[in-house]
Amino acid sequence: MTSNMLPPAIIFILAAILIPFLKGKTKSVYMLLIPVAAFYVLVNLPYGNIWTYEFWGYNLIMGRIDKLSMVFGYIFIIMAFLGILFALKVKDDLQHVAAIVYAGSTLGVVLAGDFLSLYFFWEVMAVSSTFLIIASRTKESREAGVRYILVHLIGGLFLLAGIVLTIQKTGTIAFDYIGLNGIESYLIFIGIALNAAAIPLHAWLPDAYPHGTPTSTVFLSAFTTKSAVYLLIRTFPGAEILIWIGAFMVFVPIFFAVLENDIRRVLAYSLLNQIGFMLVGIGIGTQLALNGAVAHAFCHILYKGLLFMAAGSVLQMTGKIKCTEIGGLYKTMPLTCLFCIVGAASISAFPLFSGFVSKSMIVTATVNEKMIFIYLILQFASAGVFHHAGIKVPFFTFFGHDSGIRAKDPSWNMTLAMGIAAFACVFIGVFPQPLYNLLPFTVNYIPYTGAHVVGQLQLLMFGALAFALLILSGYYPPEIKSINLDVDWFYRKLGRGGYIVLDKGLNSLNRISEKSIMGVVKGLVSFFKDTAAKISLFVAVNIWLALGYRDKRLEIKKNRLYNDIVSGTLPIGIGAAVTISFIFLVFMLT
Amino acid sequence: MKKELTFFDNPKNVKKLLITFYCSLVILLISEFFIHPHPAFFFEHVKGFSAVYGFFSCVLLIFLAKLLRLIVMKKENYYDK
Repeated sequence: MTSNMLPPAIIFILAAILIPFLKGKTKSVYMLLIPVAAFYVLVNLPYGNIWTYEFWGYNLIMGRIDKLSMVFGYIFIIMAFLGILFALKVKDDLQHVAAIVYAGSTLGVVLAGDFLSLYFFWEVMAVSSTFLIIASRTKESREAGVRYILVHLIGGLFLLAGIVLTIQKTGTIAFDYIGLNGIESYLIFIGIALNAAAIPLHAWLPDAYPHGTPTSTVFLSAFTTKSAVYLLIRTFPGAEILIWIGAFMVFVPIFFAVLENDIRRVLAYSLLNQIGFMLVGIGIGTQLALNGAVAHAFCHILYKGLLFMAAGSVLQMTGKIKCTEIGGLYKTMPLTCLFCIVGAASISAFPLFSGFVSKSMIVTATVNEKMIFIYLILQFASAGVFHHAGIKVPFFTFFGHDSGIRAKDPSWNMTLAMGIAAFACVFIGVFPQPLYNLLPFTVNYIPYTGAHVVGQLQLLMFGALAFALLILSGYYPPEIKSINLDVDWFYRKLGRGGYIVLDKGLNSLNRISEKSIMGVVKGLVSFFKDTAAKISLFVAVNIWLALGYRDKRLEIKKNRLYNDIVSGTLPIGIGAAVTISFIFLVFMLT
Repeated sequence: MKKELTFFDNPKNVKKLLITFYCSLVILLISEFFIHPHPAFFFEHVKGFSAVYGFFSCVLLIFLAKLLRLIVMKKENYYDK
């Protein structure tokens, strides 16, 4: 028994602190050992509530161990291992530390048995993942990172408001099944649904993920959304609204995926589509459907990680990731191409690949519940997934027109990480029983029947026929250097318009009551701006000094940080003020 | 440097691949007559329903996506303006 050891989340987070002080092979081995140690602890845990601590009169539960939390714990640790292996040669400690803290906080969310530790890890997850987005250190990634953290802070405040109200009502911080009744449950639901990228709260995902580094996107694709899926299975199984949100999600994003030029954004939209399948399963809420949602999350983390690794390898080796700029890469990147095809076959749910044994459980659950409409939507989406993720991604990357780029397969560690993930996808597809044994309910489901295999193959292959005929006839929409609007337009364009209106309005108001309200507000804003900047500078400068930065380099780093904070905190301040007043409103209304 | 793969540079190979693909489609349609049917809903009693559905799903997908492009497509620097 390992319940007297540290919780896996704490192992990850504490271990991350040492990373900047290690070098070379020691560092590589050390980083790979972190998930191994956490896995060892997790495998040997007894069922029940462990790691319970007293905190301000409340009982924190850092380890709620049952089949559901275990299976998610396993896959998150496996994916953390693959992600670390994939990123092993990256010379940027910020990414390593952020990724490992991020993985750890996700495990914290999954194992949390009470609201307070859940909320704590939830926020750590949001902050650490933001660093993975801005790690590209481009203007676009910084801006996307600010939008990402703002959206998640607001989502976190919804969750917090719901949690506070629930605790007030029940008097306990422990949580399990919640169900949709009462305003507090809706607040929690919105907070979790935002992290699951449930439409219409999804736009942060295709906005931010494609801005990550070649390696950091692999982590991003796995943790935030699937930990939210876990929480929805835990707290809102059978909530009918999830069926409709899910059906919408399997349907709409595939159109965007077809049009999108950036391969990683295509994958981001197909990620939304896959989560849609899981939400449908959770919404149906039968044992088969919930098993299906869990199994699909498990398989999805592997093949989506694999696809993002393949895309990351291409980006790393060629510096390009847009359909219009790449193509014909199979010639010199055969292994990456092969692994990408395995990932593509898995996400498309081809027989003998992992998606087939998990997605079909959800589809069968709709059949058992006689949901004809949902069934037809899911089948439409299955053909659509094959079309954009199964064919489009490998076709335009590795085949299609020859871009003339002759990049090689990436370094051994990246290739190995893809190889392991690809092997796992095939293994689960051929031998689903070990996965089925991990699922929360007993599985009486047989994926490989003649009718199912032939039906699925017909659906996919004739979808492929449509693709082939459309490409050959020239009707297929050409890849164009462009972007496609999504609902983030509302806060990126309209929001800016609203800001200008407010700004102008406030200025005239300011002229009228210059000495009263606005003076105070202005003072407050600049106080917060400056204090935040000074505190951060104080902490950061000491760390930089300890790390050996001096003179000019230190000066450059100081200036950059100060500017980032001063330009960054103002919008966060406004957002936080708006959302905090929202919580007060909720408080007063109930 | 390793030598390049050039398999698909040869139009004959592409043609072979396409022929294999078309053959597999025919085999899939025929094989439905030899398996134990397990229709989910009434419409799946029709042989080849999945094939037709898969084909037209993708055609519809492309058709609607092209329409959608008229609304949502913007230049890459749209948000910088």
